[in-house]
Amino acid sequence: MPQLLIELFSEEIPARMQAGAARDLERMASERLKAAGLTWEALTTYAGPRRLTLVVEGLPAATPDRSEELKGPKASAPEQALDGFLRKTGLTRDQLSERDGVLYAVIEQKGRATADLIPEMVEGIIRNFPWPKSMRWGDGTLTWVRPLKRIVCLFDGKVVPFAVEGIQSGDVTEGHRFMGSGHPLTVRSFEDYRKQLEDNFVLLDQADRKVRIVEGARAVCHAQNLEMIDDDGLLEEVSGLAERPTPILGEMDPSFLDLPPEVIRLSMKTHQKYFAVAAPPSNPASQASVPPEGGQTDSVSPPSGGSTREAGEGGKSVRALAPHFVVVANVEATDGGRALAAGNSRVLSARLNDARFFWDEDRKVGFETWLKKLEGVTFHARLGTMAERVERIAALAREIAPLVGADPDQTETAARLAKGDLASGMVGEFPELQGIMGGYYARALDLPTLASLRSAVPPHEGEGESARDPLPPLHGEGPRGGAERGWGSVERDAIADAIRDHYKPQGPADTVPTAPLTVAVALADKLDTLVGFFAIDEKPTGSKDPFALRRAALGAIRIVLENNVRVSLDGLFDLARPGADPWGFAWPGLELHRFFVERLKVILRDSGARHDLVDAVVETMKDTEGLGDDDLVRIVRRVEALDAFLATDDGANLLAGYRRASNILKAEEKKGPLPVGAVATGQPNQPEAETALAFAAEAARGRVERALETEDFAAAMTALAGLRAPVDAFFTDVMVNSEVPAERENRLKLLGQVRAVMGRVADFGQVAG
Amino acid sequence: MKQTEPLAFQDLILTLHRYWGDQGCAILQPYDIEVGAGTLHPATVLRALGKKPWKAAYVQPSRRPGDGRYGENPNRLQHYYQYQVILKPNPDDLQDLYLNSLKAIGIDPKLHDIRFVEDDWENPTVGAWGLGWEVWCDGMEVTQFTYFQGVGGIEVDVVSGELTYGLERLAMYVQGVDNVYDLKFTKEGVTYGEVFLENERQQSQANFHGYDVEGLKRRFEDMVGEVERLLAMRGPQDQALVLPAYDQVLKASHLFNLMDARGAIAVAERQSYIGRIRDLCKACALAWVEQERAAA
Repeated sequence: MPQLLIELFSEEIPARMQAGAARDLERMASERLKAAGLTWEALTTYAGPRRLTLVVEGLPAATPDRSEELKGPKASAPEQALDGFLRKTGLTRDQLSERDGVLYAVIEQKGRATADLIPEMVEGIIRNFPWPKSMRWGDGTLTWVRPLKRIVCLFDGKVVPFAVEGIQSGDVTEGHRFMGSGHPLTVRSFEDYRKQLEDNFVLLDQADRKVRIVEGARAVCHAQNLEMIDDDGLLEEVSGLAERPTPILGEMDPSFLDLPPEVIRLSMKTHQKYFAVAAPPSNPASQASVPPEGGQTDSVSPPSGGSTREAGEGGKSVRALAPHFVVVANVEATDGGRALAAGNSRVLSARLNDARFFWDEDRKVGFETWLKKLEGVTFHARLGTMAERVERIAALAREIAPLVGADPDQTETAARLAKGDLASGMVGEFPELQGIMGGYYARALDLPTLASLRSAVPPHEGEGESARDPLPPLHGEGPRGGAERGWGSVERDAIADAIRDHYKPQGPADTVPTAPLTVAVALADKLDTLVGFFAIDEKPTGSKDPFALRRAALGAIRIVLENNVRVSLDGLFDLARPGADPWGFAWPGLELHRFFVERLKVILRDSGARHDLVDAVVETMKDTEGLGDDDLVRIVRRVEALDAFLATDDGANLLAGYRRASNILKAEEKKGPLPVGAVATGQPNQPEAETALAFAAEAARGRVERALETEDFAAAMTALAGLRAPVDAFFTDVMVNSEVPAERENRLKLLGQVRAVMGRVADFGQVAG
Repeated sequence: MKQTEPLAFQDLILTLHRYWGDQGCAILQPYDIEVGAGTLHPATVLRALGKKPWKAAYVQPSRRPGDGRYGENPNRLQHYYQYQVILKPNPDDLQDLYLNSLKAIGIDPKLHDIRFVEDDWENPTVGAWGLGWEVWCDGMEVTQFTYFQGVGGIEVDVVSGELTYGLERLAMYVQGVDNVYDLKFTKEGVTYGEVFLENERQQSQANFHGYDVEGLKRRFEDMVGEVERLLAMRGPQDQALVLPAYDQVLKASHLFNLMDARGAIAVAERQSYIGRIRDLCKACALAWVEQERAAA
C-alpha cells in the first residue's frame, strides 16, 4: 500500500510551538484524509527546529468507486419533468430503470487517484495551520510561523506536483544547517528520508533528541563525578532548539556559588537554557544549595547518599550546586566543544556578574530605601501606590495575627517588609524572584525595627476626602520588645520565611503556608488584592481575570481551610475594609462573599465533594442580608457530615420524607400563609404516629441545637436520624389533608416543625438527585 | 575564511561594512540624535514603511541611560554600538547571508554553537513589532534577527529583514575578552576603555544623579509640541515635515529614557509616556506613508 510523505521545511520554528504543531498536523491531515473517503494504516507526525513531517502508511492508490441511486419522476410524468431529470443526471432515458412506476438513475462515481487529492489537502493545511503566531515575509502574502522554504510531497515514491504561493513541491530536503553535507538531499521514501537526515546529523524525532540529551548530559556529568539536575520543562525546550543536540559540560567560576542558588538556577535556565549540576552528596564542593522547587516542571532527584543538609532558610532539604552547567549545543564541534564550552562559561559569568552586582548593591541599600521607593510605584491607578498597599496589608495582617496564633508585632513587621524587594535591583531584573529575594535580604541585612518602619511612614499625600490616618489601627499600646529593639534570630527567621512565602500558594500545585506569621501575611496580601479590585469593580468575568483574583481567592480559601482558621468571611472582609473608604466606591462585601462561596464550591468539587451539599449547607444560618453560613472551615465540616449522613439508610429515607413534607407545605404556601404555633398533642382520636412525630421533632430540635452549639455535626445528623422512623410512620398512618380543619392545621404545623428542625442542619431542598 | 588574528573593534565594523556593501546595501553613517536602539534611525523605521525597496547598513550608537554602570561592570554600558542592516523586501536567503557575515568576522559555525532562538521583537515606543530570533553564539545573544510586521502602529506593506548586531559583544567574543574595556579598538592596541571608560563614568553619574528632572520634563513637553507643530506645517513641495518631526520624537524618547534613569517615572506614568511617544511616532509613520503614496 502506498505511503505519503510530506515535509514542510522552514526557518527555525520556536521550540515551544513544535509539539503543538505536530499534534495540529496530525489532526488536520486525519480530518482531510477522512473527508476524502480515504483510510490508512498509520499516520505519524514529527516536529523539529526546521521541519514538520507527516508520514501516512497504507493509503489506497485511489478513493473507492461510489454509486448512488437517485429517485426521479414517475414513469407517467409529463415530458418536461423527465427532461429535467435527465439534464440533472446527464443520462439518457434508456439508462434509467423503472420500479413500481417510478424512474431511478444510478450515478456511478469513479474513485479519484489519491495523488490527485493531495495538493488541495496540503495547501489547505498550510493556509489554515493554527500557529499561535505567524508572519509574512518578503513581498508575499502567505503566512507561516517563519518563512516556509520548501515542501516535500511524495506519494508512493513519486513527487506530487503542486505549488503554494510559488513554493514548488518536490523530493528535496536538507540536513543539519552546519554539520550536513551542504548538498540538497533527494529522498525516495520516509525510511530513506529519515536515514538520509540522520546521516546528515538531523534527529527527526523529538523523543530521540530527548534521549540523546539526557544520556549525553548524564554521561558528561558522571565523567566528572557530578549529577545533572533533571528539568523536564527545560528538556522539552532544548530538544526543540537543536537538530543534533549535543550536551557539553561547562565550568562556572566557583566564586559565584555564594549567590542564592535560586538566582544561579534562574540565570542558567531562563537566560541560558543550561541544566544545573549538583555536586554528589559525598563531595561538599560548594556553599550554595539547591532547594527543591515548588514549580511543575522542575524535579530534583533526591540525593542518593542521603547527605542533605538543612538550609538556613526554612529547613528544607537541599543539595549543593556544583560550579558547572550543561549546555546543549546544536553541533558536535570540531574541537570536541572546548571553544564552545569556554564561550558559554564566559556568557554565564557575565550573567552572574550582573546578578552579583544586584546582590551586592541591594545589600548596601536595604528595606528602608526600597519601601520609600514604593511610594512612587503605582499598584493600580485607582488603588493607590504600593506604599499605601503595604500600609493596608500591614494593618490587616496585624488584625489577622491573633486569629492564626501569630505575634502581632512580628506579623506587622513581616507585612511591612514583604513588598520591599519589589524595589530591589535583583527583582527588577528577575521578577520571578519576588519574595524569595526579600527572604534572603531579610536574613542578610539588619532588619528595621517595627517602630522605625512605622515612623518611616510618610504623611499621607493627596489631602482631602480620602486622607486617612497614616498609622494603622493598633491593639493596645505601641510595639514592645523585639519590635523596638530589633529581632532575635528565631523571630528574624520567621519574618524572613513570611516574606519569602507570602505569595503562596501561587497555583493549585503550590503548597500552602503553615507558619502562623506567613499565614497572616499571605492572607492579608490576598484579601487586600481582592477587596481592592472588587471595590473598583474589576471583577473577573468569564475567561477574563487579568488580576488573577480567582487564584487569590482560591489561595485565601486554601490557607484558611488547611490551617483551620476559624473566622467568618464577612469578619475577614471587614478586617480588610479600610477605615475610611479611600476608593470612593460601594463596599463590595456582599459580592466578595458570594465569590468566595463559589470558589469554595470549585475547591470542594475538585476534591470530589458534592457541591450541591455546599449549597444545602450555606443556605442555612442566614443573616439579615440573606447570606448563610460563611465560616469556611465549618462549612466544609458540615458538608462532610451531611455527605456521610446522606449515604446512610436513615439519611436517604429522611431525605425522601423531607421532600414529601416540603412538597405538601409548598403547595399549601401557594394557597396562603401556613398555620403557625404550637403543635397539639394527645388530642382525642389523634393518631399515635402524629403524636409520636411531634415528640420526636421536639426532642430532635433540642439535640440539634446543642450539637450545633458545640459544632458536633455528626451528633446533629444523629439527632436527625432519630426523625426517620417517626416521619415514615407518619406518612404511612396519617392523612395530612383531613376533612377536619383543626386536624389538617395541626398536621401542617407539625410538618412545618419537621422542616424547620431539619433546616437548622442543612437546606435539604438543595440536595440534588 | 580563516582569521589569523582576531579582528579589532574597528576592523569588525569595516569588515561588516565591506560585506554588506557587497550585498548592495547603502552604507550609512550613524544618525546624529541620541537613540535607544539602531532601529530608531529613520533609515530603518521610516524606510520600512511603504512599498519601495531599500537596503542599508550602518553603525548606530545606542543610548540606554538606565544601563550605565559607571564603567564598573565588564558587560553593561549606557552607550554602545549596534550594527544595523535592513533589507526590504527580505531576500529568501537572508539567514545564509547573515551566517556568511559571521564567517567574515571570524566565527566558524563548525566550532561554535549558532542558534536561532525565538524572539518576538517589539518596540512599544515606536509601535513596531516583528517575528524572528535572537541569534545565539555559544549562549550569547549576538544578533537580533527580525522580520518586520508592523511599524509605527501600521502593518507593513512589504516585509523587511532587520539584523541588529551587538558589536561590543561580538568583538568580545571574537577577541576572547571578558571585559569590554579590554577590547582592542585598533589593531595597534588602543583599547575600548581608553576610548570610552571615562565617558561611561561621567555619563552614568549624570544619567542617575545629574540631570534636572524638571528640566527634562519641560523639554519633553517642548518636543511633543514641536512634533505636532512640524507635522501641521507644509514644506516647499507641500509635504508634511515628517523627517524633522520624527527627529523631535527621537529627542522626546531620549528625554523619557533620561527621566526613567533618574527614577522620575512612576509605574503608572510610564504607560502614558510610552503611549504619547508611540502616538507621535504613529503620526509620523502615517504622514510618511501618505507622502510616499502621493509621490507615486
